[in-house]
Amino acid sequence: MRKNNNLPALIFTFALLIIWQFGAMKVNAAYILPTPLQIIKRLWELREPLFTAHLPATMTCTGIGLLISIVLGVALAIIMDMFPLAEKTLYPVMIASQTIPTTALAPLFVMWFGYTIWSKVLVTVLITFFPITVTLFDGLRSAKTDMIDLMHTFGANDYEIFFKLKLPAALPYFFSAMKMAIPMSIIGAAIGEWLGATAGLGYFSRRMMTQLDGAGVFAPIVLLSAIAMIIVSIISYLEKKLITWRGDL
Amino acid sequence: MLEFKDVSFKYDSDDYYMLENLSFHINKGEFVSVIGASGCGKSTIFRLICKLLECENGQILVDNQSIDQRKGYCGYMPQKDLLFPWRTVGENLKLPMQIQKTFTKEQMTEKVKSTLEKVGLSGLENKKPSELSGGMRQRAAFARTLLTGSDLLLLDEPFSALDFLTRISMQEWLLEQWEREHKTVLFITHDVEEALFLSGRVLVIEDLPIKKLVSFDVPCGYPRNRESLTKPEMLSLREQLIKMLRREANLI
Repeated sequence: MRKNNNLPALIFTFALLIIWQFGAMKVNAAYILPTPLQIIKRLWELREPLFTAHLPATMTCTGIGLLISIVLGVALAIIMDMFPLAEKTLYPVMIASQTIPTTALAPLFVMWFGYTIWSKVLVTVLITFFPITVTLFDGLRSAKTDMIDLMHTFGANDYEIFFKLKLPAALPYFFSAMKMAIPMSIIGAAIGEWLGATAGLGYFSRRMMTQLDGAGVFAPIVLLSAIAMIIVSIISYLEKKLITWRGDL
Repeated sequence: MLEFKDVSFKYDSDDYYMLENLSFHINKGEFVSVIGASGCGKSTIFRLICKLLECENGQILVDNQSIDQRKGYCGYMPQKDLLFPWRTVGENLKLPMQIQKTFTKEQMTEKVKSTLEKVGLSGLENKKPSELSGGMRQRAAFARTLLTGSDLLLLDEPFSALDFLTRISMQEWLLEQWEREHKTVLFITHDVEEALFLSGRVLVIEDLPIKKLVSFDVPCGYPRNRESLTKPEMLSLREQLIKMLRREANLI
C-alpha cells in the first residue's frame, strides 16, 4: 500500500482547526474570532458576491500582475545572464529594492493611479518580479561550464547554447519561481485592494471589517488561500509531468 | 593529422608557462595516449586543440591546416558523459549534428540509429540518460563524439569515473570501436596500464612547463587482449613509465 506523505500534515491541520473551533466557541465573540464552521457558513452565504464580483476582480489583478512579472523577470534574468555588466548594474539594485516595504508604498500607487486596477497590479509586480528574476537567473547559471564547453566544441554559438542548454537547465527553476510567485501575487493583489479599490477580495474583507463581521473578514481570506493552493498544486503537477530530470544535472 | 608547432600557453592566473614551445605530431589513424601526473597540463593540451583555450604563440594544425577559424575538426569526449538529462539518448546523439546543420532530420535519425547499433545500444534512443548504467552512458557519450563526424577524437579520461570491471570492459570495447572506425584517437589518462593496453604510442609529460612529450612505442601489435600486458617488454615499459610519472609527481 502506498504511504500517504501528507497524512501527518493533514492530522496536524485538523487538530489546529479543532483547537480553533473550541477556543473560539469558548471566547464567544464571533465578530472578532469566528469559528472555522462559522467562516465556512459565511462563505456559503456570501458566495454570490464573492464568486461573481470580487474573486474575478482579484484574479484579474493577479493574472495581469503575474504576467507582467514573468515577462519582466524572464527578460531581466536573460539580460543579466548574457551581459555581465547588466548583472553588476542591476543585481545589487534589485536586492536593495527588496528592502523597501512595498506595502508602505501602496498608498502612493493609489494616489498615482486612483482606484483603477493599475495600482493593485503595480503592488503585485513589485512583490513578485524579484523572486522570478533571481530564481530564473540562478537557473540559467546552473548550466555546467563543462556542458557549455562541450557545446563550444560542437561549434555552437551563444544563441544555440542558450536555447539548447541554458533554457532547459533553467526550467525547474522557473517552476520553483512560479510556486513562490503565485501566492505572493495573490497577496500583492489583496494588499492593493485592501488599500484602495472598489472590488476584489481584499476590498471585500476590509468592508466586512468595518461591519464587525469577523466571519465575513475571514471568508475571502479562506477563498484566497484555497485559490493559491489549487494553482500551486496545478503547477506542481505540471512540473512533475514535464520535469522528470530534476537533480540529474 | 594533428601537429603542435612551437605552442606556448600560460593561464592568466599563473606566472609561469604551462606549455613552452611544445611541438609534437600525431599520425592519421594512430591511437596515442598522453599520460602525466595530476595537474601536469594534460587537459590543457586538449582544451587548446578544442579552442576552449587560445595559445599565446605557435600553431596547431589538423590535416595540415591551422585550426583557427575552423569548426568540427575534432570530437571531444570529456571525463563525465555530460548527457543532457532533459534529452533522450537519441536526442543527445543528435546534438552535434543539430549544431552543424549538415543533415536532414531523417538523416540524423538514421545516423543515430546506426551509431547506437555500433556502440551496442540498439533500441535505446528513446530512453533518458538516467535510465542507463554508467558504462552505457559512456558508450552513448562516445557515440555522440563519433557523430561529430570528425576523424580526430579527443578522449579525456573517459573511463576514470567507472568501477574497475566496467572500466576494463569499456577499454576492450573502445579498442574494437577504434579498429573498426579507423579514427585518430588522442587519449588522456593517468592510468599507465590503460595507456599501454589501448595505445600504439604513449606520450609522457615529464616536466612543467611542458616543452616536449616523450614518446614511447608500445611493443605490441593489434588486436590485443589483457594477456598482452603481461609480456616482459610491456612489463618493462610499464615500470619505466611509472618511474617517470613518480619523478614528475615529485616535481609538480
